[in-house]
Amino acid sequence: MKLREIAHARTGDKGDTSNIAIIAFNRDDYEHLRAEVTSERISKHLGHILRGEVVRYEMPELGALNFVLHRALAGGVTRSLALDAHGKCLSSCVLGMEIPARAQNETKPKVAALRRAKR
Amino acid sequence: MGDGAAAAHAIGFCCAAQSRSGFAVVMKRPSSIRIGAGAGFSGDRIDPAVDLAVRGNLDYLVFECLAERTIALAQREKLKNADAGYDPYLEERLSAVLKPCVQSGVRIISNMGAAHPIAAARKTAEIAAGLGLRGLKVAAVHGDDVLALVKARDGAVQDEEGVLNGLGERLLSANAYLGHEPIVEALRGGADVVITGRVADPSLFLAPLVHEFDWAGDDWDRLGRGTLVGHLLECAGQVSGGYFADPGFKDVERLAELGFPIAEVTKDGAAEISKIEGTGGLISRATCVEQMLYELHDPGAYYTPDVIADFSGARFDDAGKDRVSLSGAGGARRPDALKVSVGYADGWVSDGQISYAGAGALERGQLALDVVRERIKRLGDEVLESRFDLIGVNAVSRAAPEAAWSGSEVRARIAARTKSAAAAQRVNREVEALYTNGPAGGGGVATSAQQTIAIASVFIERAAVKPALHWEVVT
Repeated sequence: MKLREIAHARTGDKGDTSNIAIIAFNRDDYEHLRAEVTSERISKHLGHILRGEVVRYEMPELGALNFVLHRALAGGVTRSLALDAHGKCLSSCVLGMEIPARAQNETKPKVAALRRAKR
Repeated sequence: MGDGAAAAHAIGFCCAAQSRSGFAVVMKRPSSIRIGAGAGFSGDRIDPAVDLAVRGNLDYLVFECLAERTIALAQREKLKNADAGYDPYLEERLSAVLKPCVQSGVRIISNMGAAHPIAAARKTAEIAAGLGLRGLKVAAVHGDDVLALVKARDGAVQDEEGVLNGLGERLLSANAYLGHEPIVEALRGGADVVITGRVADPSLFLAPLVHEFDWAGDDWDRLGRGTLVGHLLECAGQVSGGYFADPGFKDVERLAELGFPIAEVTKDGAAEISKIEGTGGLISRATCVEQMLYELHDPGAYYTPDVIADFSGARFDDAGKDRVSLSGAGGARRPDALKVSVGYADGWVSDGQISYAGAGALERGQLALDVVRERIKRLGDEVLESRFDLIGVNAVSRAAPEAAWSGSEVRARIAARTKSAAAAQRVNREVEALYTNGPAGGGGVATSAQQTIAIASVFIERAAVKPALHWEVVT
């Protein structure tokens, strides 16, 4: 399944560094995210773009992972020739990543996600 | 709206009335303060801010309008015209919100001063006079411009090779990120409107909290909490449902009528984030967590001039429809050095695009890129860097075209960094020439060329930076 089934994301930029926060819709999925969405997986998924290291910060209370991608923005918003110089599209690119489903009850998290977002 | 909000509003009104009448009143400290975010960037919508001014029951309305390179651009304007150099939308924005703010007793804080806060304050006073707002006090916070100082010191540039003087004449601006202190001083002096240049974005929101609640300059936990409130609000609509909607996964109601956010903050720094009832958008735990993590690196160490804020223990709880309560942030002693944002001229950038559709669109788009690649070789070292994208295929993801394409049209894009404007225009003309000289069926050419202002960072010791206030009183 795609990561977007169980998580949402937000990208920010500072200079040539991008950060991509991946947040579980349902905190029960956090451990699954932590196991599957590693720095290595992110590096591989965005391999065409990255030129520097990826650092992961874990925030279990919020069910969130924060990836800091160094030298990921072709020089940063003020220098990059890229169409999306901020790298704002990167969070959606990451949400398209395939991850294994959790062993039990695969569809439940998405329903929970919808309910939460529609509150 | 709770009773606490109403009480806070009354006291906010009292502040403004006091400043305009000049009476020294011993004020009771409010139990909570309501701060609205009126802009998340210079070009942001103005109507949600007017709505906040009229109906937000606010004490303060903050406009964050200063992107990284805006000051460098504004500095160039200032060199051409001594009365210019502030935010291009200042007049339109303040003309719309000043009167409702004064009528509701809402004080305004903004970094719309950009490269010239004093000129911005004069303009603000002029607008206020035109609106008949006699007695309005406008304070400009200046002293962030440290260009002369950093030029003399030739400091090392962060994250890049080289030192500042290597930039020579290309160096355009250097502005230190100031903290909350000069804004607090302006508020203590009775300012109804505070206009700054470069100030750390969260400090614009922290200042009224420090002022109203009299937080100590070394109360790191409260400063950290106030900084989190500022960080959540500094992009305005980004916490109230903007930059969030993903149909079917994260639905947002009436996005076109997005309401801007309000934080109601207590004297201990706990807060509730909400918006005006009936406006579009969404405030939920999810929108708040996303915005907290926006532009954040280490959640345990968010550096500002005021504090090293710790968001790692932050907690968000749904507290009703479009209302989220926030607690648990903290902080540690502020950094000794201030960050300085340095703007420098970095050549010109061209951007030329052309579309291909239907059968073979991908191949023709690829051929168009190859043709321009070959042609611009003739410009030699005038072209410093170039990039060839197929929009709809690999412009963002950089994936190989064959692997990524399943559409029915592509847009070829050629971007180049050049030494001169003339060379940027030559690259664009090569894209335009594809009309008659390129692959079959190319249409819809669009080109642009602009000078690039790049930004680098250096650090400077705090004591070397001297913030100061300039006052304008409307007569």
